[in-house]
Amino acid sequence: MDFATVLQILDSAVRLMTPLLLACLAGLYSERAGVFDIGLEGKMLMAAFTSASVAYATGSAWLGLLAGIAGAAAMAGLHGLASISFRGNQLISGVAINFLASGLTVLLGQKIFGLGGRTPSLSGAARFGEITLPLADALRPVPVIGPIYAELISGHTLLVYVAFAMVPLTWWVLYRTRFGLRLRAVGENPASVDTAGVSVTRLRYGAVMICGVLCGIAGAYLATGISAGFVKEMTAGRGFIALAALIFAKWRPWSALFATFLFGLMEAVANRFPDLDLGFVTVPSMFMNALPYILTVIILAGFVGRAIPPRAGGEPYVKER
Amino acid sequence: MALAGATGTAPAIELRGICKAFGPVQANRDIDLSVPRGTIHGIIGENGAGKSTLMSILYGFYRPDAGEILVGGKPVAIADSQAAIRAGIGMVFQHFKLVQNFTVLENVVLGAEDGRLLRPSLARARGELKRLAAEYELQVDPDALVEELSVGHQQRVEILKALYRRADILILDEPTGVLTPAEADHLFRILRGLKDEGKTIILITHKLREIMEITDNVAVMRRGEMVASVRTAETSPAALAELMVGRKVLLRVDKAPARPGPPVLEVRGLRMVDADGVERLRGIDLDIRAGEILGIAGVAGNGQTQLLEILGGYAEPGSRLSGEIRLKGQKLPLSGSDGRARRRAGIGHVPEDRQAEGLIMDFTAWENVAFGYQDAPEFRNGLLMDNAAIRKDATGKIARFDIRPPDPDLAAKSFSGGNQQKIVVAREVERNPELLLIGQPTRGVDIGAIEFIHKRILALRDAGRAVLLVSVELDEIMALSDRIAVMFDGRIMGERLPGEATTGDLGCLMAGVDPTAAPPGATARTDADGGAG
Amino acid sequence: MERMPTWADVILTPLISLALAFSISALVILAIGESPAEALKVMVEGALGSSYGWGFTLYYTTNFIFTGLAVMVAYHAGLFNIGGEGQAAMGGLGVALVLLALPWPHWAFALPAAAVGAALFGAAWALIPAWLQARRGSHVVITTIMFNFIAAALLNYVLVNLLRPVGSMDPASASFAPATHLPKLSDMAGALGLEWGENTPVNIAFFIALAACLLVWLLIWRTRLGYEIRAFGKSEPAALYAGISALRITVLAMLVSGGLAGLMAVNNVMGEAERLVLNAVEGAGFIGIAVALMGRNHPFGVLLAALLFGFLYQGGGELALWTTIPRELIVVIQALVILFTGALDNMVRMPLERLFAALRRKGA
Repeated sequence: MDFATVLQILDSAVRLMTPLLLACLAGLYSERAGVFDIGLEGKMLMAAFTSASVAYATGSAWLGLLAGIAGAAAMAGLHGLASISFRGNQLISGVAINFLASGLTVLLGQKIFGLGGRTPSLSGAARFGEITLPLADALRPVPVIGPIYAELISGHTLLVYVAFAMVPLTWWVLYRTRFGLRLRAVGENPASVDTAGVSVTRLRYGAVMICGVLCGIAGAYLATGISAGFVKEMTAGRGFIALAALIFAKWRPWSALFATFLFGLMEAVANRFPDLDLGFVTVPSMFMNALPYILTVIILAGFVGRAIPPRAGGEPYVKER
Repeated sequence: MALAGATGTAPAIELRGICKAFGPVQANRDIDLSVPRGTIHGIIGENGAGKSTLMSILYGFYRPDAGEILVGGKPVAIADSQAAIRAGIGMVFQHFKLVQNFTVLENVVLGAEDGRLLRPSLARARGELKRLAAEYELQVDPDALVEELSVGHQQRVEILKALYRRADILILDEPTGVLTPAEADHLFRILRGLKDEGKTIILITHKLREIMEITDNVAVMRRGEMVASVRTAETSPAALAELMVGRKVLLRVDKAPARPGPPVLEVRGLRMVDADGVERLRGIDLDIRAGEILGIAGVAGNGQTQLLEILGGYAEPGSRLSGEIRLKGQKLPLSGSDGRARRRAGIGHVPEDRQAEGLIMDFTAWENVAFGYQDAPEFRNGLLMDNAAIRKDATGKIARFDIRPPDPDLAAKSFSGGNQQKIVVAREVERNPELLLIGQPTRGVDIGAIEFIHKRILALRDAGRAVLLVSVELDEIMALSDRIAVMFDGRIMGERLPGEATTGDLGCLMAGVDPTAAPPGATARTDADGGAG
Repeated sequence: MERMPTWADVILTPLISLALAFSISALVILAIGESPAEALKVMVEGALGSSYGWGFTLYYTTNFIFTGLAVMVAYHAGLFNIGGEGQAAMGGLGVALVLLALPWPHWAFALPAAAVGAALFGAAWALIPAWLQARRGSHVVITTIMFNFIAAALLNYVLVNLLRPVGSMDPASASFAPATHLPKLSDMAGALGLEWGENTPVNIAFFIALAACLLVWLLIWRTRLGYEIRAFGKSEPAALYAGISALRITVLAMLVSGGLAGLMAVNNVMGEAERLVLNAVEGAGFIGIAVALMGRNHPFGVLLAALLFGFLYQGGGELALWTTIPRELIVVIQALVILFTGALDNMVRMPLERLFAALRRKGA
């Protein structure tokens, strides 16, 4: 394997990890606030659909992004309603949202575009174009660093940079702001927040809506960045891989970056080498595709460091004396 | 009626005609209360008398159905905790409201930050904590994680939280339930210090001794009503007790002298290390003979719960057990999941927490009668359970124990605390076990049921059975036990006979000090402590 | 606490939830420019209007009974088994291996063996998540989700690389021998001289599903294991006190649950496709969640809910055939049923409780 191939695989990994990273951070906000979210998949799917539809109709990727955020936020609002306001089962609500998105996107897509659930292909300003960073071409001839800068770091859509910027931002919000302190507290012991005179409901809604916004960006990236339009079930389990990454990362932002990169890399390798020949054994692509799930089970089993979820996670808050 | 405290100024808190109902239950009925500024005001009453509801109203957790709250003479609406904090009210709950994996500093700042960024808030809080620590004996390491603090220190964090929010009125709900006598003394010093600075303190408790020791005035609640409000100096424990229960009670139980037989239970060197690696039991030795009641006294959390559970055949998952338990000379296995075998061997167990352990709250009364004995032969019909037989058994127990309402199809959660406890006691006692383990038999149980349950325990003893009684109520231990052992920090500190034991003597043992211990024993203990720390 | 009468809790609440779910579905149909009444008519005629429609409806019902019971049994133990999809898929592998391994002379011999294979494979796929939950505290919801994906990848591999007949491009196993084909209900009706449900897939597995309902009812409410499962599901500390082993109950409940999900393969793999294909489960494992929730975790309720979803499934297919409404409408309805009967249960329940409290006060 030469340097160029490695770069290509890494570049592909960066593209593939972007929706995972955004969805993973989305889940991080929600779950750190004590609201489990297995509906990341559905929110992303809905966002992919609304963003592609609006981008197609208006010819603007930006309006598409807004629509994507709105679509995912609507689903997040539903999750909040069920799991915060009506103290329902957060897991069941997540399952429902996944199905709702899966059904509604096709139903509406067929009604609007008549293409069996697809949107028409997007082109031009309806997609997020690749950004060439300053000096990318000038630096290209520099050995090693040049190609890394020009190929790997430069030449992604804006949303990729947004996703990466979200990591330090999330860390800062979580550990350096009042909102972050309260968010972490409400996921560990909501009563501590409530008795301190801060509304548990508002905090949790806030977290769930941030989750919606990030899922919205992830979905918009899928439909208007990495591909050119919406296709039925286009999230293809990425929401669940993001969930796996979140557990893998033990609900921490920098670890989330690492986990999603690892999972993105696995997908990139599986795409590039459908039957990876390691000399002594051939790894089928199915195994590479299943590897994130297998790794997550191993992590969950606590054989490699224990993943302890936020203590109040999954439990609706009921005031008591 | 004149209360102790400054005259002429408006009371710190005044309640007028507070009412609160939960469905058909009237938790607070037309409550009037006046707390003079700069005093310590006790509120005393039995479990379920409505004390906690009243304080929750004051802290904005519930809205009263009717009535008025005045703070410093001015009417205020306390819609939520934020409003209570603004009115200068701080609350220390019985179950602390702390974030376990936050530092002390973060916990103090939470909800009372100065701005959107944390750093300045934390810096200011650090200075403030230093000042408060010096002023009120409230020393806590600001950077320690709360989960690593002792219970007493966690309580200080709660007090610091309230003071940091500039509380003038501090409400403490059963603050000493989890403290050793020494820690409680320290708490009382803190409270006196706060009072001297002009703060007003409301102390909710059901312990008469504390009321007499520290309060200026005391209000008594019974069944949702405020039945009296008096100066502490002008009343007596007996008078308060009578007010609490509405009639003269003597915690004297008529009992014949014990006629101890051969040993039933022998425990040697029982140790338990829990899943977090904390040694909960540090070598317990004890014997109980047939026909006697061994009472275990101690502050909650000193290993009594673990002792009861392990004897009952179970332990927190992930914990490690060692030592030896013999029942009538037979060695019992010690795996931490021997509940079935223990029951078959003849150990009955009324657990400390009937709602979490003793009953399945969603099951009907009749289903609960088989709980733990679901594989007993008389409840079996081939491969299936014999529901008719279980029902019949339940109907009999309901009649014999006067369980009300007498409806076996009612879910356990629909019974009152006392009747729930009767279901558990009936189930465990009527099997006439060789050994009965009974924890906190009368917690949250009304007076009538208390007497009934005490009588059944004594009857079992008189029938020649062994009883291990664990209670944090010293009075109950003194009244029922034939021998008293005191537990502290996972050890039996000493044993006394009820006739010769004084409260002061037992209090010393409960705090880990053995007044009669010889110096060599003390040395040995120090060594062990060093090893465990 | 104020309580509602039992009938309100068991019948009224789910009915209102269901009514809400269907009203919103009707709105969705309106929103895409179709007539809900017309859609309902097409569905009823297509699913229930002929023995042909019934034949399909009951075939789907059979699938959903198995997966619904699977979710239900785990639910009573306080476990949310979201892995029915993967367990049913593995059940299919079990059926295929049993049927392809031996030259079965007659379906009557093949059926019990295939059923055992299906149940064993399904149960085995639930065993690891169960053990991890009980011993390592790994949340069974997350592990079963992961196991769904792992099952899909595994099946993909097995079908492409191992079970695919030489020369076939289709990622599917060889067809099972004709001797192992299960009698269809239409054949049985034919034997009685009736013409019913010609060319429909409903087969003898339907009766196995009905028997499973009865057996699960016995298990949960009449046996010691069922008692212990329910006790454990309501309160783990209490179960510990009563000497009920968390490991034993978690593992047994999940084994039964996974086994039931796996048994579905007798219907879809052995009874219908007569070979193992990719994605044979087609989401039935997830529908089991809706069926169990709607059926209030009671076998009789599961039966009714499975029938309703069987009707929706067959009716949805007819809709796609005769109208412009895609069959994904069913997924939306399924989502709404899960939402209203599961997650938004309190939205219906709280006002009802208040209403009954007010009525009682008036009466008193």
